[in-house]
Amino acid sequence: MAEPMKIRATLQGDVADVRILMMHPMETGQRKDAKGEIIPLHFIQSVLVTHNGKPVLDTQWSQAVSRNPFLGLRIKGAKAGDKVGVTWTDNKGDKRTDEATVTPAS
Amino acid sequence: MNPPRRNFLQLTSRLGALAAAWSAGLLASGWAWAATWNQAGFESKTLADVMKSLGATGAAESKEIVITAPDIAENGAVVPIAVTSRLPKTQQISIVAEKNPFPLAATFDLAGGGEGYVSARIKMGQTSDVWAVVKADGKYYVARKEVKITVGGCG
Repeated sequence: MAEPMKIRATLQGDVADVRILMMHPMETGQRKDAKGEIIPLHFIQSVLVTHNGKPVLDTQWSQAVSRNPFLGLRIKGAKAGDKVGVTWTDNKGDKRTDEATVTPAS
Repeated sequence: MNPPRRNFLQLTSRLGALAAAWSAGLLASGWAWAATWNQAGFESKTLADVMKSLGATGAAESKEIVITAPDIAENGAVVPIAVTSRLPKTQQISIVAEKNPFPLAATFDLAGGGEGYVSARIKMGQTSDVWAVVKADGKYYVARKEVKITVGGCG
């Protein structure tokens, strides 16, 4: 099973600056292993970001997104203590959901 | 008629049908879950086809879209790209690396609370223009920026 994501959501005014780091190999299907066999496609296809359960960003990705993908976004109208949820799904049907709390800027 | 032979034929043809259905199911299951995933776009090999799949052919260039990316990226496997759209009612942002084997890298659909900003890291095979395709208030706009790649990151 996939490793947990790192999610940081920091409040700047009424906008939450959200940074998400996912752990995933993101294989392009073009690389070959030591035996010269093509490593099959394995990549995150979709990432859904929610703010207090309400979807704010729905992404569709291709294999061109880098290994251990980073995603940054800003959520308007956020308050300290709000919940930011992130769910990704890859092309093999693997899923992972993690949640973080918006923290005030220090 | 020879009953055992007839039975054997029926059995093999059924098995064949079963195997075909099973493999089709397997092939489909990798993709089928995401109804909204823009398969045509992600399988396109040229910028024009990507634009067509997004419905953004002939979109106007806009100065309200800012692409933040390095002028020279040493490592093509990790190219940080951020797109900021100051267009009102930004609904969707796509990132396209023109000379990648499959140019469309990512599409971001912004719901109400999202600000017109996304950032991600993508792979780029070679020096190329990076296009940001933004849908705002039902219309498409584009911006581009060249990123030079020292070592390609697709292979």
